[in-house]
Amino acid sequence: MTEHFKMETPATERRLDDMAQGLVGAPLDRPEGPLKVTGTATYANEWQIEGMAHGVMVRAPGNSGRVILANRDDVAKLPGVLAVIQDDRLLRNPAQGTANEAPVQSPHHAAYLGQLIAVVVAETFEQARHAAQSLQVTLENAQMVQVDPATAAVEPQDGQALDQGDLDAAMRDAPHSVDLVYTTPSHSSAPMEPHASIASWQGGDLTLRGSYQMLKYNRNELADSLGIHPDRVRIISPYVGGGFGSKLGLAPEAVAAAIAAQELGRPVSVALQRPQVFEATMRRSETRQRVRLAADAEGRLTGLGHDARVSNLPGESFAEPVLQASHFLYAGANRRMSLELARLHRMCAGSVRAPGEAVGVTVLENAMDELAHEIGIDPVALRLRNIPEKDPESGKDYSSRRFREALESGAEAFGWADRPGVKERREGEWLIGYGMASAARVNVLMESQARVTLLPDGTARVETDMTDIGTGTYAILGQIAGDMLGLPRDRVEVVLGDTTLPPAAGSGGSWGASSSGTSVYLACEAIRRQLAQRLEVDEHDLTLKDGRATYANQVKSLSDILQGDEIAKLGHVKPGDTSTDVRQATFGAYFAEVAVHAASGETRIRRMHGSFAAGRILNAKTARSQCLGGMTFGIGIALTEELAFDPRDGHVANHNLAEYHIPVNADVPQLTVELLEERDDWANPMQAKGIGELGICGAAAAITNAIHNATGVRVRDYPATLDKVIAGM
Amino acid sequence: MRSFEYTRAESTGAATRDAATGGTFIAGGTNLLDLMKLEVMAPEALIDINRLDLNQIEGTEDGGLRIGALVTNSDLANDSRVRRNWPVLSRALLAGASGQLRNKATTGGNLLQRTRCLYFYDRAMPCNKRAPGSGCAARDGFNRILAVLGTSEHCIATHPSDMAVAMRALGAEAETLKEDGTTRRLTLEELYLLPGDRPDRETVLEPGELITAVVLPAPVRARQTYRKVRDRASYAFALVSVAGIVAMENGRITKANLAFGGLAPKPWRDAAVEELLTGEAPSDALFNRAADLLLADAQGFGGNDFKLPLTRRTLVSVLTELTQEARI
Ligand SMILES: Cc1cc2nc3c(=O)[nH]c(=O)nc-3n(C[C@H](O)[C@H](O)[C@H](O)COP(=O)(O)OP(=O)(O)OC[C@H]3O[C@@H](n4cnc5c(N)ncnc54)[C@H](O)[C@@H]3O)c2cc1C
Ligand code: SF4
Repeated sequence: MTEHFKMETPATERRLDDMAQGLVGAPLDRPEGPLKVTGTATYANEWQIEGMAHGVMVRAPGNSGRVILANRDDVAKLPGVLAVIQDDRLLRNPAQGTANEAPVQSPHHAAYLGQLIAVVVAETFEQARHAAQSLQVTLENAQMVQVDPATAAVEPQDGQALDQGDLDAAMRDAPHSVDLVYTTPSHSSAPMEPHASIASWQGGDLTLRGSYQMLKYNRNELADSLGIHPDRVRIISPYVGGGFGSKLGLAPEAVAAAIAAQELGRPVSVALQRPQVFEATMRRSETRQRVRLAADAEGRLTGLGHDARVSNLPGESFAEPVLQASHFLYAGANRRMSLELARLHRMCAGSVRAPGEAVGVTVLENAMDELAHEIGIDPVALRLRNIPEKDPESGKDYSSRRFREALESGAEAFGWADRPGVKERREGEWLIGYGMASAARVNVLMESQARVTLLPDGTARVETDMTDIGTGTYAILGQIAGDMLGLPRDRVEVVLGDTTLPPAAGSGGSWGASSSGTSVYLACEAIRRQLAQRLEVDEHDLTLKDGRATYANQVKSLSDILQGDEIAKLGHVKPGDTSTDVRQATFGAYFAEVAVHAASGETRIRRMHGSFAAGRILNAKTARSQCLGGMTFGIGIALTEELAFDPRDGHVANHNLAEYHIPVNADVPQLTVELLEERDDWANPMQAKGIGELGICGAAAAITNAIHNATGVRVRDYPATLDKVIAGM
Repeated sequence: MRSFEYTRAESTGAATRDAATGGTFIAGGTNLLDLMKLEVMAPEALIDINRLDLNQIEGTEDGGLRIGALVTNSDLANDSRVRRNWPVLSRALLAGASGQLRNKATTGGNLLQRTRCLYFYDRAMPCNKRAPGSGCAARDGFNRILAVLGTSEHCIATHPSDMAVAMRALGAEAETLKEDGTTRRLTLEELYLLPGDRPDRETVLEPGELITAVVLPAPVRARQTYRKVRDRASYAFALVSVAGIVAMENGRITKANLAFGGLAPKPWRDAAVEELLTGEAPSDALFNRAADLLLADAQGFGGNDFKLPLTRRTLVSVLTELTQEARI
């Protein structure tokens, strides 16, 4: 039996506030944590399957032309080699998140250097790797193609354009204004676990052990890529060693493994090599963003402009949505926004760690800092003064928004009042500065399903094809079910990551927890009703705790109520009118203290704080960890991360973890996180909003603003590496 | 990776003989194995030297230290004698790589590690060091981390070691054993070659020649420091590094041994710069003149132009620190 629910009106009954079991919100450990830290959680490429062969993919050495495998026959004869495959169905690049269909398939034409154009399969991994390296790939009729976003042809994204009031006039008339251009480089998702798949066929049925974030879409993408019916495809992905967007859509190795396994009639494992993860999965587009802000004498915004250029491969529609939060974060009657997409032959651009806001809010927050400086007011005060009453474009209400509280409470917790003036504080050779920025991210509910089964022994099982990419899905789904069914956490089993289970929203866009959590909640509500029916009481008069039901002055264990039966319910949530009736978003504020070396320009972050409001917090520990991770990526955006494209052919030069600098422990100081109490009735029946990406959406600006406070230098070209800092000192 | 023969050397003599006929030594393997996986290096035979008795650190008669070629970077950095008497070396080691890598990396291997030029590691790219005559992709490419001193039109790679920079400042010498049983001692100045038109040749070592030890001269009474400037706080190669050993007497500099990393195809030392400083009273003007001289022939290639001002600033800062401390 299915419990369908469409989110049409606010869910004002806040049931999770007073469930007797008291699990939701508690800072519980992730149940699969011990497996992961002891190496006993089996990741995709770690399965050992009888008869398995190994495939290694081969890259195009240039960015255009017809692909020729010059010495294919020689390579096929190398020791252990089983096949050299250049099948028409190989993917040019991964599918975009939620694409639900195959991306461009074209192994015969190079579109970017690094494109995976063939797979070599051998008995052992070492043989396959050597053979793949021995394959000479040449490109016939290669052309000079565009690799530079500054000079590439652009396509305006009309759907994103906004022109409200008269921004030019507002800028002209404003006593205070800034008109600034910022650039941010491409970023790599850089998950620790490389993309890997093992394919095996049983007749016409394909089983793929992969590392994916959104299985219901991935299944369709894989089926479409292969030209078979989705019913024939099963994807298993119980553990994902980080995705950060790069495993939203099906990637080339999955299709390669499936084709090879079919051709050879045996299981085939294909894992991307580390450089291939950097070159052939997804990058965040580089951006060029112009921000205009006009303010009256008191610092009230009268105009806000945000115009951006991002890029992608020909044929890809994804355009880094950098304007997303600029639409609703601040007031200002006169507004203009535009986005254009440059077409070029660099690796594919797609979702990477909070697409849009991660770099869009960041530069907006830099511009706000520059405006505050220009007006001569406290940057926190400038933000507080510009919190709009209603959505400044649609006039809609905000569903919930503790933005003001985050700014105030964050400032208090950090000790913002002690902020030095520009270039005022020095300790030896270190220049000390404070900076802050706001955080904002859209909130989304997606269709999701889960089955919950209450078993005769009074334990429960939650099943959904939802994934846990290291975020805590196993933990929170168990907490929700435990609370709703009155079971201690260890009496709820959570089974994830298998397309034979009910299809979930998947992990992405920060919507996973609230969407899949709601489906579990709904299934549990239905189970509660059935229990109540058996006891002939109203469901709301039923208190469930520790496996016992208390009702009408009676106590009965669940197993006694069940009498050997099990109750299985499917929860199914769909977004409804509440998604559009109001503006739904999460908010917060970051504060950072940096030390900049007066001679070398190296920046060290001394401490960093974030205060966030994201509706009901489902698990204080995993929510905090998400924020810590987000802020850490913020440090990367601010200081170190940049995909370096070769200026001539557009290939990723720094395609490894030694030279693509994600922050290491020494770069990350004590981070503190405050999660504000909030309930969002418009979001879903749990009143929870997404928190996965909020911690990154603007974080970098707190750091670069602090660099300005320390040194007087504005770095508007990210990342703020030491060369750019000393150039201004 | 190509298939290879594997031999475990039982004696230094056997090791050199095996290596002379086409073998390649493997010590910690932290650089060599990466290069083999990428087939940038494809030795036909590996001579594993890890069981050789080359992992002692012992005092020499004249008060110096002999460091066996297999002493790990971790052990060397933590040796109490090194920490007390040659602190610049300990600091340089600890500034390099990561704890895990330092546990494997050896003294000999560290000296002979290859460049981190990204094009050297990518076989789709032209590179004169990897494939002589194919060209240099880095010159007009992504060269942020590459050299500004000692380059040639054929190669602008840097030597990436931190340890070697400190050793160069200390005047260390490598002891080697050749296939014919003879030994020699090479200063690091002598050991490394500049690229010229043969960037594939990086040292004067002959086929089969094994580094058996590095010898440090007796400690000097002087202030020492190692300053490494890099793109993140740890686990990144030096953009610029300075190993400085400075002594003062009566307000004047009596000794200034300065070696630089991140700037050149080998740990860089400039006698003229040291001469200019010696005998002078420290001042910003003096330090800037030293930087002028050091950088007189420096040439950036676009992405690494910043290394010139960065080197100047870092040198002035290091000299200021060392001379201030020395005056106290
Ligand atoms: C991600 C990463 C980051 C790093 N960061 C730094 C850093 O910041 N600073 C730094 O200084 N280093 C850094 N390193 C490099 C590291 O220090 C070297 O890889 C290491 O020192 C090499 O020592 P090994 O014993 O492993 O050498 P191997 O890899 O075993 O050998 C290297 C070379 O030396 C030769 N060789 C080894 N021993 C001898 C001998 N006794 N006689 C003759 N030839 C010999 C080998 O044949 C080989 O060609 C980093 C390395 C990695 C992978
Ligand atoms: S700098 Fe040297 S190592 Fe780098 S590509 Fe040029 S020749 Fe090769």
